[in-house]
Amino acid sequence: MSAAPESLERLIELMARLPGLGPRSARRAVLHLLGKRGQLLLPLAEAMRDAGQNVRDCVICGNVGLADECAICADERRANGQICVVEEVSDLWAMERAGVFKGRYHVLGGTLSALDAIGPDELRIPRLVDRVASEGVTEVILALGATVDGQTTTHYIADRLPDVTVTSLAQGVPVGGELDYLDEGTISAALKARRGL
Amino acid sequence: MTAVLSRLALSHFRSHRRTVLDFDGRPVAMWGPNGAGKTNLAEAVSLLSPGRGLRRAAAEDLVRRPEALGWKIVATLAGHEVETWAEAGQARALRVDGKAATQTSLAALARVLWLVPSMDRLWIEGAEGRRRFLDRMTLSFFPGHAEAALDYERAMRERNRLLKDMVRDAHWYGALEAQMGAAGEAIVRNRAAAIARLAYAVANADTAFPAPDLSLTHPDRDLPQDAAALTAALAESRPRDLAAGRTLVGPHRADLDAVWAAKGVAARDCSTGEQKALLISLILANARALAAVEGEVPILILDEVSAHLDAQRRARLYDEIVALGAQAFLTGTGPELFEELGARAQYVEVAEEGGVSIATERPAP
Repeated sequence: MSAAPESLERLIELMARLPGLGPRSARRAVLHLLGKRGQLLLPLAEAMRDAGQNVRDCVICGNVGLADECAICADERRANGQICVVEEVSDLWAMERAGVFKGRYHVLGGTLSALDAIGPDELRIPRLVDRVASEGVTEVILALGATVDGQTTTHYIADRLPDVTVTSLAQGVPVGGELDYLDEGTISAALKARRGL
Repeated sequence: MTAVLSRLALSHFRSHRRTVLDFDGRPVAMWGPNGAGKTNLAEAVSLLSPGRGLRRAAAEDLVRRPEALGWKIVATLAGHEVETWAEAGQARALRVDGKAATQTSLAALARVLWLVPSMDRLWIEGAEGRRRFLDRMTLSFFPGHAEAALDYERAMRERNRLLKDMVRDAHWYGALEAQMGAAGEAIVRNRAAAIARLAYAVANADTAFPAPDLSLTHPDRDLPQDAAALTAALAESRPRDLAAGRTLVGPHRADLDAVWAAKGVAARDCSTGEQKALLISLILANARALAAVEGEVPILILDEVSAHLDAQRRARLYDEIVALGAQAFLTGTGPELFEELGARAQYVEVAEEGGVSIATERPAP
């Protein structure tokens, strides 16, 4: 039997499903919220309700926004013919933080994984194929993880888009990194991707 | 460089509640009755290399019963402090010099090779065991082999799932086959290079153990060597694979063939004792090749090996280990098995009292 009242139990149970939280940390977080009811708990509840009601997935690219089309898809200046394909919205945000990419995005919502029953139709791959045909796209940049699933998805998409230039992000030495700290796989990828100066 | 395990401390690990042993780099002979906990000590040493150790056990199986509190191994390995442990119900964790580390980083500290009784039937049982044996030897030369094998395995599991689900998306197969091709090429290349190194070590060794001729075989046809050809072979095999529900070509189906060179007899047709001698010969060749090419003498674990050898062979095995300069962990049921080692080794007696293993250092028998 739990010591917490039922409604709190429910809250703890929901919190424990968040990434990075378990039952113990969820209890701590809930008690912390209760201790700061005015400053934290109620504003948080309000912000969550607001997000739940107003934030939606962009019908074009899968980014999150406040309208059917996200701010990037609605921005005509970003129609430069390039589409950058990422796994998740967090990756899109990471790209945007770098602030160098001036084109549009396509958020897949994951990677191909037969074992997890995630096929092309579960991702936004058919939608990507449509966009490439209809939006005057000149280059598709694949910015997927260097994992087996990420690379499988990269191969798959490249294979599905024979009529457009498909590129992928370089793999190798991180900026400001020292070779001594790199694993063998990274070094061999960097060596393979070397270029003339 | 010779990797030395200079201290091993076990806490609630299998039959050991608290065992601390200091080693000076000489071979370590451990004796005691069956079930005393010798192999558990050897297993702890094997867990200082990447993977699940010589029993291929899951983290939760390593815990002392009935307490089941979680276990810990603390070792001083090649001058570094290695800690590996698992709390009850948790995955195994690893720290090197106080910092969280990956298991692959252990391969950079020391190479650990082993021979255990469950490998006695290696030459007569299925190809899987021989492949694993070859892959461990390969891994000792090429630490990157583990990653290639994992990538290959992962992509193949995905492909097998597509086959089972009768998925017909050619692009999806193609994407997975490209990955399997790239990883497969590395696997094929590493294995071939490892066999060449072993063959060289076998041919140039002064040893009392039989020289095996090693070769890799593949069912029904030659295995393509490069990524493009492997990828193409997989694509070509799709209809057959769909019918079978699994992948039928690729390095995951390779087999290691050994022939007792002097007699021209296949390993599987040799006597039990001869089969064991071939394994010993291979593990010594592996160690010599590492010493010669990498300049690094591995740690050897030879569990219950001495008992299978006559006194003369045993003496030669000990001479060869000492000549290699390897820190070998040997187990046996009694001290008389190690007489020929004399002052060239350290000795540990392992006994069991009330369900707890007690390991005590002893003078040379």
